[in-house]
Amino acid sequence: MSYLMIFITAIFVNNIVLSQFLGICPFLGVSKKISTAAGMGGAVMFVMVLSTIVTYLVYHGILLPYNLTFMITVVFILVIASLVQMVEIILKKMSPTLYQALGIFLPLITTNCTVLGVSLLVVQKDFDLAHGVCFALANSMGFTLAIILFAGLRERLAFVALPKAVQGAPIALITAGLLSMAFMGFSGIGN
Amino acid sequence: MTKPIKSSAFNMALVLVSVAVFSALIIGSVYQLTLKPIKQAKSNRELEAIREVVYGDFSNNPYEERHEISVSHGKGKVVLFPARDENGKITSVAIKTYSKNGFGGRIEMMLGLLVDGTINKYKIIEQKETPGLGTKITESRFSDQFHGMNPGKQVFKVKQDGGDIDAVTAATISSRAVVDAINRGYKALNKLSMGK
Amino acid sequence: MNNTSYENLTRGIIRENPTFVMLLGMCPTLGVTTSSLNGLGMGIATLFVLILSNCAISLVKDLIPNKVRIPCFIVIAATFVTVVDLLMAAYFPNLHATLGIFIPLIVVNCLILGRAEAFASKNTVFQSALDALGMGIGFTLALTLLGLIRELLGSGSAFGYSFVEEGTETMLMFIMPPGAFLALAGLIVLVNQLRGADK
Repeated sequence: MSYLMIFITAIFVNNIVLSQFLGICPFLGVSKKISTAAGMGGAVMFVMVLSTIVTYLVYHGILLPYNLTFMITVVFILVIASLVQMVEIILKKMSPTLYQALGIFLPLITTNCTVLGVSLLVVQKDFDLAHGVCFALANSMGFTLAIILFAGLRERLAFVALPKAVQGAPIALITAGLLSMAFMGFSGIGN
Repeated sequence: MTKPIKSSAFNMALVLVSVAVFSALIIGSVYQLTLKPIKQAKSNRELEAIREVVYGDFSNNPYEERHEISVSHGKGKVVLFPARDENGKITSVAIKTYSKNGFGGRIEMMLGLLVDGTINKYKIIEQKETPGLGTKITESRFSDQFHGMNPGKQVFKVKQDGGDIDAVTAATISSRAVVDAINRGYKALNKLSMGK
Repeated sequence: MNNTSYENLTRGIIRENPTFVMLLGMCPTLGVTTSSLNGLGMGIATLFVLILSNCAISLVKDLIPNKVRIPCFIVIAATFVTVVDLLMAAYFPNLHATLGIFIPLIVVNCLILGRAEAFASKNTVFQSALDALGMGIGFTLALTLLGLIRELLGSGSAFGYSFVEEGTETMLMFIMPPGAFLALAGLIVLVNQLRGADK
């Protein structure tokens, strides 16, 4: 698969949030304002690319040669959790400005299933490292695009008078449904 | 309640390591236990699909005799499962083939061909086509027309491309992908018998 | 059974239903519920992991230093997820293939870590098991119900049994991604309305 196709498919056609249903929790949770949504998106991009590289190396360097592939879930989640922690510590020391922008989102990322999901998919799809990194970058861009668009819609929605039962989660889900429907228009673009 | 353990560096390291060791022990033993059933389940799944598409019955285990070859460039593999009668003669071949050109991406199918390449039947194993349109490639109304056709003898293309095959209405791309997958399987069959 | 136990068991089923009220574990909720059987399968897999991890965590809670609490919980959850994953691959291969990547992702289902942190790390093994059972049942019911609604509207069948002839036009949108969001939204509105009427 060419690099360009990986980007187009991952961002538009098979958007990780709107058609693969990964990372719904942060998508619904931190999307009330565009600025926080963008921060979350940036943090996810950073961590996802980094963790894909590390998990790829761990898988092909340790798990595969020693026949330990059945430990994949445990090892990957541990790698991601410690990676997030390390990034947090390093960022705090090295770049306080960046830490201020991304810091509060980092702990949330460990339980963001996009990161583990993409790491597992890269291994499942048998990508090489370059394609894997590309895939991770494209998917995190897809996540960022979806969450920013969604936050923009929700900012407007805050001014709408709604019945009590629809307020909060239901209207967010309906909005997400409409957004997902819009993204369906991209399907088949690869042909 | 007992007093909580202090978060000293030694304690933390000790606990983390022991949790990891326990986890590895549990998973390792379950892995050993399920190794055989998983293999069995996988071969059963394939055999079920093979039985559905090959012509007549077979008395060998096609799964054990499988051949993997790649037809076009890239990493995609086509798998051939020969089905033999009581005398050990190959009556037909089940071929696990694929196309990357479906509307929703990859389509995977088990294709049953006679030895001369005549199509018996196919069964779609995996597809992500549009429900209600592209998914009609799995229905008999579309798939029955392939029975008795031979990709080597017919103009094996959909009618829109000047061939003999009726595409599903409003799902030409999905239909083309089916044709593409069958062609790939047919080529694999030829490649293998030429190699022998 | 005394009051607390009863309360711990039933809380998760309706009043604090993990899906409709607490909105935990949304990814599998939306991702696998294209049919009622898939929802049921995913629910039961999660239920098993939840019971096992809740019991194990409450068993060892006094031995774990506070600072490494979360990594330990994650490893324990991941262990049981792998166990369930392997068992499903061996004995329910078809369901295993359908649920695909959502099985290993049970690890990051906020429901598992959420209950570990909020309940199992503070309560006895027995109460934690009850809590897990209640929450797991609540989650399973929610997923099955959502799957049933999507399957009925989207493919005209229930638990794999079809009510319509082949070729009938059904509301296909409900088995496609947007339908997942909309069906869940509808159910939550309904639950909110009913809860509002209670007060």
